[in-house]
Amino acid sequence: MTEPLTKDRQTWMSVLAKAAPGRLAQLLPALPDHRFLRAPEVGAVMVRGRIGGTGEAFNLGEMTVTRASVQLSTGPVGHAWVQGRDKAHATRAAIVDALMQTDAAPETGAAIVDVLAKEAAVATATRATRAATTKVDFFTLVRGEDK
Amino acid sequence: MTAASLTGGFTAAPQQSAQAFRAILEAMARPGTIHLVAGASPPPPLSVAAGVALLTLADATTPLHLAGAADCAEVRNWIAFHIGAPLVAAGAADFALGTWDALQPVTDFRIGTPDYPDRSATLIVEVDRLAAHGACLTGPGIETVSWLSLPETTAFRANRAQFPLGFDCLFTCGARFAGLPRSTRVEAI
Amino acid sequence: MYVAVKGGERAIDNAHAWLAEERRGDRGVPELSVAQIREQMRLAVNRVMAEGSLYDPDLAALAIKQARGDLIEAVFLIRAYRTTLPRLGTSNPIDTAKMTLDRRISATFKDLPGGQVLGPTFDYTHRLLDFALMAEGEPPLSPPPEEAVAHANPTQPVPHVASFLNRDGLIEEAAASDATPIDLTRAPLELPASRALRLQALTRGDEGFVLSMAYSTQRGYGRTHAFVGELRIGRVAVEVDIPELGFAVEIGEVEVTECETVNQFKGSKTEPPQFTRGYGLVFGQTERKAIAMSLVDRSLRWNELGEDNTGAPAQDEEFVLYHCDNIQATGFLEHIKLPHYVDFQAELELVRRLRREAQTMQEAAE
Repeated sequence: MTEPLTKDRQTWMSVLAKAAPGRLAQLLPALPDHRFLRAPEVGAVMVRGRIGGTGEAFNLGEMTVTRASVQLSTGPVGHAWVQGRDKAHATRAAIVDALMQTDAAPETGAAIVDVLAKEAAVATATRATRAATTKVDFFTLVRGEDK
Repeated sequence: MTAASLTGGFTAAPQQSAQAFRAILEAMARPGTIHLVAGASPPPPLSVAAGVALLTLADATTPLHLAGAADCAEVRNWIAFHIGAPLVAAGAADFALGTWDALQPVTDFRIGTPDYPDRSATLIVEVDRLAAHGACLTGPGIETVSWLSLPETTAFRANRAQFPLGFDCLFTCGARFAGLPRSTRVEAI
Repeated sequence: MYVAVKGGERAIDNAHAWLAEERRGDRGVPELSVAQIREQMRLAVNRVMAEGSLYDPDLAALAIKQARGDLIEAVFLIRAYRTTLPRLGTSNPIDTAKMTLDRRISATFKDLPGGQVLGPTFDYTHRLLDFALMAEGEPPLSPPPEEAVAHANPTQPVPHVASFLNRDGLIEEAAASDATPIDLTRAPLELPASRALRLQALTRGDEGFVLSMAYSTQRGYGRTHAFVGELRIGRVAVEVDIPELGFAVEIGEVEVTECETVNQFKGSKTEPPQFTRGYGLVFGQTERKAIAMSLVDRSLRWNELGEDNTGAPAQDEEFVLYHCDNIQATGFLEHIKLPHYVDFQAELELVRRLRREAQTMQEAAE
């Protein structure tokens, strides 16, 4: 087993966190044998913004979050912090995080993480394209004094 | 982070923390009474009672000071996973953990302000011996007198003199603990 | 005085049962699902999330259903629920320059890089009732062409308008700082408040109150000459440092509305003539609130910019911050309908005594 790169792990944990719980359940219907190191727990995270977008930090408000940590019966440990209050979502995300650290990583990555990432990219692009159709272009006509 | 730091927390947090909170409340309300808790197995040198107290009282919004031998990698990792409390210097702490010697000088801890006496530290003091004899305790929550083996009396008398300001203490020994709020008068007999 | 009550509990139970029936309304009409409220009453959901100070569209929709559409009651339910949640952590400040935009307009620059994107706005509607909606027909779907989707590049960051003015030093800078802001939900409000604390109070403040305060500045009570430098609505990732991992992970996304005003400023004893800024950031598509927030933010900054206090309500930090929260206001306002029999009995005695004394004095004078 090789230690995954942090960067990659950040990416897959983020993809799993942002996935629709129902879709993740479709892609991982059966759970491998595991035990909880931290049973799924619902809580809140305070979301911060910055004054003027770039300045001093301030508290914007909280969002609901569920976290869980699992250990597969084969040993690897997985963690998940996901938006919302869906305990099954957090459990599945933690299990996939653990699987991604095993020899099963290539198959798990292709069958679950990559599928979710692609679907998320298409959804974002569809919305961005819809926004682009409402774009307005201004034309400044050349005025007499400009030579 | 090793797998060992990921175990030893509450297994049924809502029930266990409610029971522990009730026990801590009782200990603080009746200074000198000794209570028993269970449910945590923190890494050494932490006692079960100190682990339970941290899991129950501390979280990511309560800065914690680890003193002496308690400030080791295993304990730090265990706290990061199960509690998430930021680790700070004595003067910024809401909670502090260590032996009485390691926590010195206790005058570094916050004692609150006249407007907000609650902005003070709670010290979780690990002791080798906890028994209902030693110093004589009187004050709120004690009908006549109560007795508790304290590491000293001078510091607690000085703390009582600042009332309503001051720090509060929990003494932990294995799975047993007792409380000593700032309101208790302490006399060496 | 001791007042005995009989049958109170039964009366309350019956009132609750009737309330539940009234909430349901005519059973001949299909019941609303929480998902329907979440999807089709989205702006109400956004308002409840912003003022409830908890981003969770499902819970906000449930609160609206339970509160029979009373949004302040729904905010109350969310605030109450919020207090039961353990605080698991704090996010890194969201990066609104990396927002995936639904809408982005500027009233000060017509041809800004990234363009003016109108988004799903009411602005150009004619405010005529659409009776087609009453006929319950589905609006036609008009998805963008697949080819356009393939070429879209939503991850490209879109810089803020203020950064263009910044290059010439014409606008005050907002220097980054990672100082931990005081949290209004954890520590009592103390004055004078930092700008960060004021913004937290305003973003969860009542939309109507903040709107009226902002409007008063436009009408001359603490005038600040505001233009909307930039208004953007979109989704932004929320990143949290995970203690057990030692690195940060994006754990989700929130929709926010951000408004930055550019305000004319002739300079003061301490500051040179330049444009100054007001800032609004609110959960959800909540445009009116975000604009209003940025106007009130700017108005409350009179002291740090060395401006004169004209005594305008929107310049009075104590007035604004202590009265903008609709749950605090509702709690104190509505408590006067609860039993005050003893207080009132005392006042009754007092008025009777004063009347007797006045009568005695009048008789003595005659």
